Amino acid sequence: MTRVKSKLIAVGLGVLALTGAASAQAPAPAAATASPTATATAPASGQAPQILSSANAPAPAPAATATQPAAEPGKTPIPEFYGPTPGIGQPTDQIALQTQVTDLGKFAAWMHNTVLMPIISVICLLVLGLLLWVAVRYNRRANAVPSRTSHNTVIEIIWTVMPVLILLVIAVPSIKLLAAQYSTPKPDITVKVIGHQWYWSYQYPDNGDFEVVSNILKDDEDKKRGEPRQLGVDARMVVPAGAVVKVITTSDDVIHSFAVPAFWIKMDAVPGRLNETWFKVDRPGLYYGQCSELCGARHGYMPIAVEVVTKQQFAQWVAANGGTLKGQPKSPDATANSPISNPPAATASPTPMAGAPSTPTENATAAAQPATTVATTN
Amino acid sequence: MTDTTANAHFFQHEEGHGHHDAHHKPGFFSRWFLSTNHKDIGTLYLIFAITAGIIGGAISGMMRAELAHPGIQYLPAMAHFFHEPAGNDAALHFWNVMVTAHGLIMVFFMVMPAMIGGFGNWFVPIMIGAPDMAFPRMNNVSFWLIVPSFTLLLGSLFVSGGTANGAGTGWTLYAPLSTSGSAGPSVDMVILSLHLAGASSILGAINFITTIFNMRAPGMTLHKMPLFAWSVLVTAFLLLLALPVLAAAITMLLTDRNFGTTFFDASGGGDPILYQHLFWFFGHPEVYIMILPGFGMISHIIATFSKKPVFGYLGMAYAMVAIGVVGFVVWAHHMYTTGLDVNTKMYFTAATMVIAVPTGIKIFSWIATMWGGSIDFRVPMVWALGFIFMFTVGGVTGVVLANGGIDNYFQDTYYVVAHFHYVLSLGAVFSLFAGFYYWFPKMSGKMYSELLGHLHFWIFFIGVNMLFFPMHFLGAQGMPRRYPDYPDAFAKWNGVASHGYEVMAVGMMIFFVNVIYTFAAGKKAPANPWGEGATTLEWTLPSPPPYHQFETLPRID
Repeated sequence: MTRVKSKLIAVGLGVLALTGAASAQAPAPAAATASPTATATAPASGQAPQILSSANAPAPAPAATATQPAAEPGKTPIPEFYGPTPGIGQPTDQIALQTQVTDLGKFAAWMHNTVLMPIISVICLLVLGLLLWVAVRYNRRANAVPSRTSHNTVIEIIWTVMPVLILLVIAVPSIKLLAAQYSTPKPDITVKVIGHQWYWSYQYPDNGDFEVVSNILKDDEDKKRGEPRQLGVDARMVVPAGAVVKVITTSDDVIHSFAVPAFWIKMDAVPGRLNETWFKVDRPGLYYGQCSELCGARHGYMPIAVEVVTKQQFAQWVAANGGTLKGQPKSPDATANSPISNPPAATASPTPMAGAPSTPTENATAAAQPATTVATTN
Repeated sequence: MTDTTANAHFFQHEEGHGHHDAHHKPGFFSRWFLSTNHKDIGTLYLIFAITAGIIGGAISGMMRAELAHPGIQYLPAMAHFFHEPAGNDAALHFWNVMVTAHGLIMVFFMVMPAMIGGFGNWFVPIMIGAPDMAFPRMNNVSFWLIVPSFTLLLGSLFVSGGTANGAGTGWTLYAPLSTSGSAGPSVDMVILSLHLAGASSILGAINFITTIFNMRAPGMTLHKMPLFAWSVLVTAFLLLLALPVLAAAITMLLTDRNFGTTFFDASGGGDPILYQHLFWFFGHPEVYIMILPGFGMISHIIATFSKKPVFGYLGMAYAMVAIGVVGFVVWAHHMYTTGLDVNTKMYFTAATMVIAVPTGIKIFSWIATMWGGSIDFRVPMVWALGFIFMFTVGGVTGVVLANGGIDNYFQDTYYVVAHFHYVLSLGAVFSLFAGFYYWFPKMSGKMYSELLGHLHFWIFFIGVNMLFFPMHFLGAQGMPRRYPDYPDAFAKWNGVASHGYEVMAVGMMIFFVNVIYTFAAGKKAPANPWGEGATTLEWTLPSPPPYHQFETLPRID
């Protein structure tokens, strides 16, 4: 298997990136952010000039460009393909779990909805019913003379054993779910998620190790783009549909927590640690989450937006960021720029892995290696 | 349960002149500031807890006001009071300060002092037929440690905690937010506050254990001891074993902050997760510390008003022991998303669910106590019934959260907030009100208004359910905790919750009116206002009990 750090000189992706840049002004479909189904089909033609700049976001925020040195500054707009879908990937005011879009999420939601909820509802109703019954049947007027019963071994055994059996019924799917959550399939792509006070950044060690810095949007900007207030970000974490995405979380200050409810994942980002989780989403679209560990003043203002796109769209997005596709030649531009693209990784684990390439330009890529190694050898 | 002849040889106010022995009644200052009397210290604890509860409750009101609508409305104005140039970050920091203060106040300065310091001090010695606590002077030290502790906590609001004034770390004080993430003396003050509160509780625990083991009246074996005394005994052991771990953890925080150690700092070889293990090794027993005395009170109240002995007395006592023991080996279920190993997570899932078994025994035994009884729906009884149902609701959501694979959806969402408020705000607090209405005539010597008590219950019951039940829905949709603002989709249920707070606040007003009414115009309480069902020793004493009781020890058959 070809590692990201393999010696690569080819220019294919560089060409793609340049074409993308040149064609960025190509008319984008008007429905680009409105309907994922409409746009999902668009890239099927698979042409290079298919970079769909979001109709609602004509240009990336200057901050985004400034913080993505891997992209050619000011030249390539980072494409956004999907807008939010009502009811999917974002909260509603319904009395239910968020719609799950991963298999594990569906399994977990099934367990919650058809195992746990019925059991706990029945227990609550049983207790309520018994309370109401004793209130009616054994109140002072209905039963003037109290009994003196204070023991009944049979019933005591019953109400000890019954809960044990119920818990066993719960434990079986629960253990199964845990095992599944911890059995990462062979990952197709690894994303290193780094929490900062107060924004997220996403590194793509499999794709030339560029980094995307993701800040919350202002309310009026959300409105302009048609995104929910408090959830929109200026640069999303983008992953391909149908791919097993391994997520490595860490932090460079305090503990944060990377959470996307629609994927049923939540993993703390702890400074000095690399935590791992994974997801696989087939449906392209935009999915929101929010930081889920108190991290200081703007804890409520570092949302997570994960955009799941088709493989072609992903290729365009990676190219626009100056990255490379896994197993494909690294573009000279990206290689040249990679050292400055990932200073957090460099500080996180400065020791290159044994056998890491010796060229100085690629040491920085190797710095993110603990994550990548796990990902690619698993 | 017991059959006793109480010694009515007690100090009488009017006759004070004729006494020249130990019955000398101290002056105001000696009585309340140098007290060695368990009932006076219990009263001080209750007054303290009510005061802290008002402050903690007011903070939650401020939070509910801000959360009533999406967007930031009142936060800058609130923050301005504590921090002069209240910029945007200062306002947001103040949100975290409120979250932190509300949690710490309610846990350490409201529920614990009320349950253990208040009712425990008042009634454990009486129930076991003892004249006082084993170490009366240490008892006083316990109380007077918690006052400077609370002062330190309140003072921390007015000094820098990093971004702005006050400690904004959450009550858990997670490193590194509480170390490198919070410059300034505020967090240090909170840590020292917890040190003092912990020392206070440890001294109290030693006192209770010694008292219960050594000062029971002749004939009162452990297996004849009232369940409230049992619950306090178990609680005291939990305190004794858990609090030193907290003390160690926050001492390490203190040295990390001030003396260059790196226990919890990865860049120096430490580990932030170590702090969480230490904290929750204390923190999980702590939640049982807050609820076990409530279990004890509820058992008495149910038995009293059903006019029946407690069903399955031994099972009830040992269920509490089991909850206490298992409570020590489930701590990491608070840390399911920190990156635990899969086997660790499976173990903690299984261990946590085990707690449902003894808890279920208690719930069903309470119902069985009522079964066949002749239930008198006096005020304490309706609170106890409310407790049983609300605690069940909070308990079953705990079973949901116990599943490690499910919890990585709910962890740190409002579902968790709903869960622990159902077991604490509707569990522990309902048991506190039940106990208060049960024993208030005994403590004050006066009867409260039954009507106002019922009114308080119903309004409070409706209010807290409106307040906390919608939080399950918010959590199910993924709303994270400790957020001052939220996406508009969460507006509906947050609005309902904030209205629930208003209803609850009205209920609390009625409570305070009732307390004032009792002191001003309450009828004199008889020794036993509850009739034949009230069998424990406190009902053999006049209301209020004499300054010193049981100078001749009662004999239990």
